[in-house]
Amino acid sequence: MIENMIRVWEKYWNLFLVGLGHTLLLSLITVLMGCILGFFISLLRMSKFKIGNVKPLNVIAAIYVEIIRGTPILLQLYFFYFLLPDLLPFMELSKYTCIAVALCLNSAAYVSEVIRAGIQAVDKGQTEAARCLGLNSRQTMIHVVLPQAVRNILPALCNEFVTMIKETSLASTFFVGELMTQYKTISGALYLVIEPLIIVGIIYLIVTFTLSKCVLLLERRMSAGE
Amino acid sequence: MSSNEVLRVENLHKKFGSLHVLKGVSEHITKGEVVSIIGPSGGGKSTFLRCLNLLEVPDEGKIYFEGIDITDKSVDINVHRQKMGMVFQHFNVFPHMTVGENITMAPVLLGKKSKEEAEKMARELLNRVGLLDKIDEYPKRLSGGQKQRLAIVRALAMEPEVMLFDEPTSALDPEMVGEVLNVIKNLVKEGMTTVIVTHEMGFAREVSDRVFFMDGGIIAEKGSPEDIFGHPQNPRTKEFLGKVLY
Repeated sequence: MIENMIRVWEKYWNLFLVGLGHTLLLSLITVLMGCILGFFISLLRMSKFKIGNVKPLNVIAAIYVEIIRGTPILLQLYFFYFLLPDLLPFMELSKYTCIAVALCLNSAAYVSEVIRAGIQAVDKGQTEAARCLGLNSRQTMIHVVLPQAVRNILPALCNEFVTMIKETSLASTFFVGELMTQYKTISGALYLVIEPLIIVGIIYLIVTFTLSKCVLLLERRMSAGE
Repeated sequence: MSSNEVLRVENLHKKFGSLHVLKGVSEHITKGEVVSIIGPSGGGKSTFLRCLNLLEVPDEGKIYFEGIDITDKSVDINVHRQKMGMVFQHFNVFPHMTVGENITMAPVLLGKKSKEEAEKMARELLNRVGLLDKIDEYPKRLSGGQKQRLAIVRALAMEPEVMLFDEPTSALDPEMVGEVLNVIKNLVKEGMTTVIVTHEMGFAREVSDRVFFMDGGIIAEKGSPEDIFGHPQNPRTKEFLGKVLY
């Protein structure tokens, strides 16, 4: 079997690497866009805007997060894969784009919760002290709360990236060219199931393990610093 | 209304849910005056102090700061807060900034001082409280007493008209209480208008012009330190002082 694996690698190593490239790219786009979107969702989630006794922005954000977290990611991929081209026919969206959008929207919900938790973990006294000096709520957020929240948020965001690298494998259902898609192609071409699967598994493992170790280092540096 | 009146509160009420914490407090504080607020926990001392700069928004009543009703919705409270320094029990220094930046951030950000002016002032202020050598350290490296001294000069950097102290020594180790009280004492000597919620009865007696005894959401008794500590009239004041002064 090991001999077979070596043969598979020698023949198709470039396909594996292309797949890895797509996996990393897709995850990176997802997490970056997810961060931007997630930040705004977390702001909605924490907004104090009120109509009567309800906070409509909070409710909208909460519903969004609950729907995304309460349904399988594969279902969401299907949903946007079919919905987006119908919704925006003039844009001629590629399936890659549809999948990326679905992943972003998924990631945004999780990231928004990470950001919200990170912001709310900053001691309330910090806000009070800043407000007492005469800073308005925006200045307080930018100069006092967020810089401290980042320390809580950044490691969790990197973990989200690691999670996404694994989640993108679901996109292979739509043959978007990431690592798992390459597996399907190669195993189909060779009539070999296990050997390429192990190779793909090892690649995933190397990447996620390395990144997890980096996150650990980052965490340590952040708590040591200041 | 006399012209040297800094703060005036009228019929202040504050509720937290069903808990009625302030039940109609009316008082005024004049320029240069030092007022200590004493009393049992849950009596409304801190809430009263926190209402003065609207950290707690009162449910009823008016607060005038330098003659302006700051409970009015059209008033920009941020402008007035710049002139009211506040010091907290738990210091609340900014851990992500150096000691120097803690002081210069607000005056520079709010356009009160240029960066150079603010830095010069920070050095002077730190020198006054004996922390000049810590200017580039982060607060993590400071003791509790040092953090609280930093919090005091951070508030002073905004050149406030009045300083509000919310139990400034309650979270300190006993050996650090003195250094913080000394800083406050010096401030008082320079004529700073001061309102201080405290459990340090000896200190309150020494520095105050007037003492308020708060209990049950009202100022149950007020008077000169001599009156309150020497000849308390209200039975609740007597009972409280009997417990804390031994």
